[in-house]
Amino acid sequence: MASLKELRASIGSVKSTRKITSAMKMVAAAKLRRAQTHAEAARPYAAAMRRMLGELAAAMSGEDGAPKLLAGSGEDRVHLLIPVTSDRGLAGGFNSNINRTTQLTIRRLQAEGKTVRLLPVGRKGFDFLSRDYADLIVDHVIGVGGKEVPFSAASDLGARITKLLENSQLDVCTVIYNRFQNVMSQVPTPLQLIPLGLDEAEAVSDSNAAQYEFEPDEQTLLERLLPRNLQVQIYAALLESAAGEQGARMTAMDNATRNAGKAIDRLTQKYNRTRQANITNDLIEIISGAQAV
Amino acid sequence: MPIKVEIISPEKVLVSRDVDMVVMPGEEGDIAAMPEHAPMMLLLRGGTVSLYDGDTVTDRYFVGAGFADMTPTRCTILADEAVPVTEISIDSATARLEELTEAWDAADKSDVSRLEGIMSKIQSVRAEIDAGVGH
Repeated sequence: MASLKELRASIGSVKSTRKITSAMKMVAAAKLRRAQTHAEAARPYAAAMRRMLGELAAAMSGEDGAPKLLAGSGEDRVHLLIPVTSDRGLAGGFNSNINRTTQLTIRRLQAEGKTVRLLPVGRKGFDFLSRDYADLIVDHVIGVGGKEVPFSAASDLGARITKLLENSQLDVCTVIYNRFQNVMSQVPTPLQLIPLGLDEAEAVSDSNAAQYEFEPDEQTLLERLLPRNLQVQIYAALLESAAGEQGARMTAMDNATRNAGKAIDRLTQKYNRTRQANITNDLIEIISGAQAV
Repeated sequence: MPIKVEIISPEKVLVSRDVDMVVMPGEEGDIAAMPEHAPMMLLLRGGTVSLYDGDTVTDRYFVGAGFADMTPTRCTILADEAVPVTEISIDSATARLEELTEAWDAADKSDVSRLEGIMSKIQSVRAEIDAGVGH
């Protein structure tokens, strides 16, 4: 049986662990609120952009020569996957879910005979994928999941993807990120960026679509809107992922704090029992000593 | 009858309210959005957007390049960046202008698309400085 001293030491260490996890929970909760506000503030831009693209696509439907960003390269050979993870751990299943989804997607695509390339965002995903798929990684981005997600991070990524597309180094591009459903659950979601699946229903529902005037012209507008849309989509994914990370960490740390509390109760009970047993033993020794005299 | 104007940057919504007229810098010249304007979509260059109540300008915003979407009842401006002219930092804009001028000098003069990109950025920053000084 463990001695009293050992029990006291382990109670002390679990208590300090609990302090750390509960502090991390508070910090994550504060950061979560900020991240959520950012994610919500970025939504109107994305929504307005989708509406404009829908109208443009409706006005241009039937015309040939759609830009590569919209229609893809016409092939389905090279897939670029962009898994979005966090730089830091201790967030429950947040990163491992993304990693698992990515791994499954890679296997599926490879089984279909496609070429897969990877552009992981976030240290956790990069570390994980470097182990098995180091030769597939074309580039990686670290350090965007921190306090704030700068828009420049998204526009950099967008520019890199556009370049790969123009050099015919990719046909299909998909982001895999944690969609923020609520604080408790983040769902690993694949979002296809190229070719862009425009919702036809959305375009037709606007009765103005047919009468729109365009300045300078549809083609030029589309060429300028599409790269921007790519960046905005990536930006939205990064923001959602940042909010999800804090949510996942908050939940994980909440569980850890509760478990630590339970462990402390258990250890304290054991400590008291041991202490009582020791006292009883001492008494028995004294009494039997007195009887022997 | 007013028109609803929204100025949106990727980070947030800057303005969303009813005004009588919006004058914005279209790529092919300034253009005013008024109620009952025909639906129109246009590219914006860097410049100032002025919001009018009646005949007076109530607010002015500097927008970098972007897009605008007009319908008879609303006008949505999607700006790459947007700041109220009162908050323009002329020092930072001047610094950016210097950087861009250096990039222009260093750029390969045969790469036309790159030169065009830099030139439109230079024009946008110059417009920002003008807007800030004029205020």
